[in-house]
Amino acid sequence: MGKHNTPMLDELEKGPWPSFVSDIKQQAAKGKHILKDAPEDLLGVMELSYEDKVTHWKHGGIVGVFGYGGGIIGRYCDQPKMFPGVAHFHTVRVNQPSSKFYTTKFLRSLCDLWEHHGSGLTNMHGSTGDIVFLGTTTDHLEPLFFEMTHELNQDLGGSGSNLRTPECCLGQSRCEFACYDTQEACDNLTHEYQDELHRPAFPYKFKFKFDGCPNGCVASIARSDMSFIGTWRDDIRIDQAAVKAYVGGELAPNAGAYSGRDWGKFDIQKEVIDLCPTGCIRWDGSKLEINNKECVRCMHCLNVMPRALRKGLDTGASILFGAKAPILEGAQMATLTVPFMKMESPFDEAKELVEKVWDWWMEEGKNRERLGELIQRKSFQEFLRICELDPDPRMVDEPRSNPYIFWKEEEVEGGWTRDIEAFRAKHQR
Amino acid sequence: MTEEEAKKLILETLQGKSKAKSKFYLKDFYAMIPDMKNREVKNIVNRMVSEGLLEYWSSGSTTLIGLKGMGKQHGEEDEA
Repeated sequence: MGKHNTPMLDELEKGPWPSFVSDIKQQAAKGKHILKDAPEDLLGVMELSYEDKVTHWKHGGIVGVFGYGGGIIGRYCDQPKMFPGVAHFHTVRVNQPSSKFYTTKFLRSLCDLWEHHGSGLTNMHGSTGDIVFLGTTTDHLEPLFFEMTHELNQDLGGSGSNLRTPECCLGQSRCEFACYDTQEACDNLTHEYQDELHRPAFPYKFKFKFDGCPNGCVASIARSDMSFIGTWRDDIRIDQAAVKAYVGGELAPNAGAYSGRDWGKFDIQKEVIDLCPTGCIRWDGSKLEINNKECVRCMHCLNVMPRALRKGLDTGASILFGAKAPILEGAQMATLTVPFMKMESPFDEAKELVEKVWDWWMEEGKNRERLGELIQRKSFQEFLRICELDPDPRMVDEPRSNPYIFWKEEEVEGGWTRDIEAFRAKHQR
Repeated sequence: MTEEEAKKLILETLQGKSKAKSKFYLKDFYAMIPDMKNREVKNIVNRMVSEGLLEYWSSGSTTLIGLKGMGKQHGEEDEA
């Protein structure tokens, strides 16, 4: 048994899945970290929280590194005498490399640095994408920051009312579906908005995420205030010979995924054509046709037959705004605002849009109001006016239930006033 | 209003409120200097933190700003 008796946490080590409890115990046993009692006391305080069914962490604090207003989150335990190893247990957010590519040398350097200045415990990666260093004391923050920036050339990420660490999918480095260079876009905007990333600028958090295609591997549509999703505006390219090869069983569907059991012969009608959400794809037994104007980029046909169907060549991104997790109105998906924008360095068009939106949100947003909530409160129509965009049918999900687009009084003959008597003469109540 | 005048006004306003409240949202600072653009006020507030006049408090999700040394300080976190 370790320093604390943890029967409930020990339950989490049973079963076939990886266990964070085992990971923490492993770090405690390894013992190379400078804050010797931190892993054991972390288990202790978690067990107590499981018993009491309340947290034993206090809320935030005054910690940080000089010149930065984000990246370090103060964490203090409300039972410091019982768990001195985690009495001060600050979190450090480290800006992950684009697409989370590492060399093992760099990973080892990060871990060595963290064992030298903290608990040795990490979270790879946090929900926003950062490398998260879990638990250190205030006196270690400045030395850690100095060594990380000067020796590893590695910056902190965002926290608090800042721009949060931007995140991107693998993009064109590994994926044939990527419609723009997500890594370049992520890196460029991260550098452009260093001030917003490191110093509080907004009413609340703001997240950029870059998905190279509508498969959405970083889930930007659900998890970012400004979501870039790769798309194309010409036609899906069709290789008819490859389609026939899929139908004939010479090519494995889904690039061989799901091949662990026998699903029977590939049935293009059942597995592709009938599943198209807009019914825009047709197979007559010898030729595949797509009505591209009706395609909503669900990606299913491309995913199932990647050798036969490829994205178009005129590529860029759709830009959506306003996703968030539930706090006020419940979870919200992003709303399509710019159906298509070319995404080429230096991304000036995207930056122009970013700044229009930020100016509005900084002016109109209430404290702790996410952009999506502001759009809901002030209307999408107002948001479009700020963005200097015209309404477009593609912004409407379901006509009549969320039209979002309304007439202004000056656009309607006679305005909002009317002769009610004349109206009632024709329409009974 | 010059930057120095804005800083002085911010400090006076915060000192006047310090008995009732020690931490403020960034938006509260915009209201203190309504004639200045929000982005300029934000930059001044952040510079005042670097100069040691103000300090950040962060919950992790939200950042508040107050006079340096006011409210609960790091050294008091272990006190009951």
